[in-house]
Amino acid sequence: MTSVIASEIPRLPVARQKRRPLRSRIIRRAWPYSLLAPSLVLLAAFTYMPIVRVLWDSLHDKVHGARTTLFVGLGNYAQLFADKAFIQSVINNLVYAAGTVPISMALALLFALALQRSSRVNSVMRALLLFPSMIPLVAAAALFFFIFLPGVGLFDYYLGKLGLQGTNWLGDPDVALWSLIGITIWKNAGYYMLFYLAGLQTLPGDVLEAATIDGANAWQRLRHVIVPLLAPTSAFVLVIALINVLTQVDHVIVLTKGGPSNSTKLVLYYIFEQAHENFAYGRAAAASVVSVAVLLAMSVFSLKTMERGAHAAS
Amino acid sequence: MKRTGFIVLGLMAAVVFFWSTPFLWTLVASFRPESSAGDIRMASLLPDYKPTWENFEAAFETGNFALYYLNTAIVAFGILAVQLVTISLAGYAFARLRFPGRDFIFYVFLLQLMLVPPILIVPNLGTIVDLGLYGSLLGVMLPYFASAFGTFLMRQTFRQIPRDFEEAATIDGAHWWQTLWHVLLPMAKPGLVAFAVVSLMAHWNEFLWPLMVLNEPRTQTLTIGLAAFAVGSEGGKDWGLLAAGTLLVMFPLLALFAVFQRQFVNSFMFSGLKG
Repeated sequence: MTSVIASEIPRLPVARQKRRPLRSRIIRRAWPYSLLAPSLVLLAAFTYMPIVRVLWDSLHDKVHGARTTLFVGLGNYAQLFADKAFIQSVINNLVYAAGTVPISMALALLFALALQRSSRVNSVMRALLLFPSMIPLVAAAALFFFIFLPGVGLFDYYLGKLGLQGTNWLGDPDVALWSLIGITIWKNAGYYMLFYLAGLQTLPGDVLEAATIDGANAWQRLRHVIVPLLAPTSAFVLVIALINVLTQVDHVIVLTKGGPSNSTKLVLYYIFEQAHENFAYGRAAAASVVSVAVLLAMSVFSLKTMERGAHAAS
Repeated sequence: MKRTGFIVLGLMAAVVFFWSTPFLWTLVASFRPESSAGDIRMASLLPDYKPTWENFEAAFETGNFALYYLNTAIVAFGILAVQLVTISLAGYAFARLRFPGRDFIFYVFLLQLMLVPPILIVPNLGTIVDLGLYGSLLGVMLPYFASAFGTFLMRQTFRQIPRDFEEAATIDGAHWWQTLWHVLLPMAKPGLVAFAVVSLMAHWNEFLWPLMVLNEPRTQTLTIGLAAFAVGSEGGKDWGLLAAGTLLVMFPLLALFAVFQRQFVNSFMFSGLKG
């Protein structure tokens, strides 16, 4: 008896002690995940599920108004690539990228070089160059709506004073895309300048001095010393610029609606138009899948470039 | 050497003036009296008139700008408020806790930085419709309540804070949320401000997504209102009104910039990929 009691009594608290840590251990194990849960649920709902959903949608056809969907295989993709407007939008996007990215990056670097020394005048000029990147693209579009107005707009008014004749900036199919390119350069160059200003501050001063002593002129220093050393910055800016090219179409919606005759139709605008105005969800989904694929390919490529750039710089 | 400095300065002054002419025109045109609207002088950059508030009054009366301001503020600040909670919790977990699968989950977050929302508008609109949120401001806000960029920013910020402070609080018997609230978050203020600036600006300026979700005048935001304004005045000659409207949309951002210039620049650089 005594031995049983003696063996049981001290056991009780031990058993309790064991159970308590187990429960609190589960809680302790779970709570990091519970902190992440709100973010993870939202990311799943609006980033990862949509990719599954858009893949599914691109393989199906939905009759507008009806609840049933029809599996059509790659039919939407076939239609998409047979659609001249889509092919045109891809070409336009390439021209738009080739027109905006190199010029705005080059201007950004020049602005940064000219304004890198900190003085009151320079900081005012930097702020003014930065202004366009802070306003909504829609507001920029509204401004340029007037600036590009044929005959009486700001451009034509002052060109007229110089004795020059303007053109129909947004109405001429050969010019309209370039007008949009101009807006984008105006809006983004100041933003990219910021990154180059930061990049220039990290340049080793002795290397530039050495180049100067060796008799390198300003152009040679820029070409052979500054630009190579800024490669990581450029890679980073390039990624941002390319993402902008693919994801910003507010000015197209406000100013041209893709026209005249599809000359300013960018891919995202095409998607918007198919989904929002033509209710062709299958085709819009197929075009979205193509865009997501391009974006992912671009980011893998850019990460590699950035890594290489970082190695080159170090 | 000094001479080239002056040449560069002069050249840049000219470029900056040219770059700023759209803003200059907005300012001049928005205060131009209506009587001269429509005539050729509308394009002039010279304020050759007696300034008037007429255009701004008209924007508030016919343009419904008060309502647009309210809706935009609800969207931008609503998103920010929820984001601050989600990014603080997630950032804390990544910065301070060890748990199985942490690196994998971190990569799951990382991928979202590249899959920027505009590319997924079509499926996301489907989700919003399924949830019964089509046409509501909540439908505009919901996809942005979590932010991978914000989570990174908070993770980095928390990591820079020495652990001693938390240890002292823990010894005093503080719970983790008390430590987070009273110790870590106050010290993470620069990170929070940087994120707030980027987030507010991104959603104040957003257009395509709200345009797709919102379907009635009652819920429209500033950018949608301004776009309707611009397209509407195409035939008419209300350029003064359009300039005033544009100025009203830009003003809060430019004012914020003037006050918080340094934070703006810092957080702008931080972001790159917007939140």
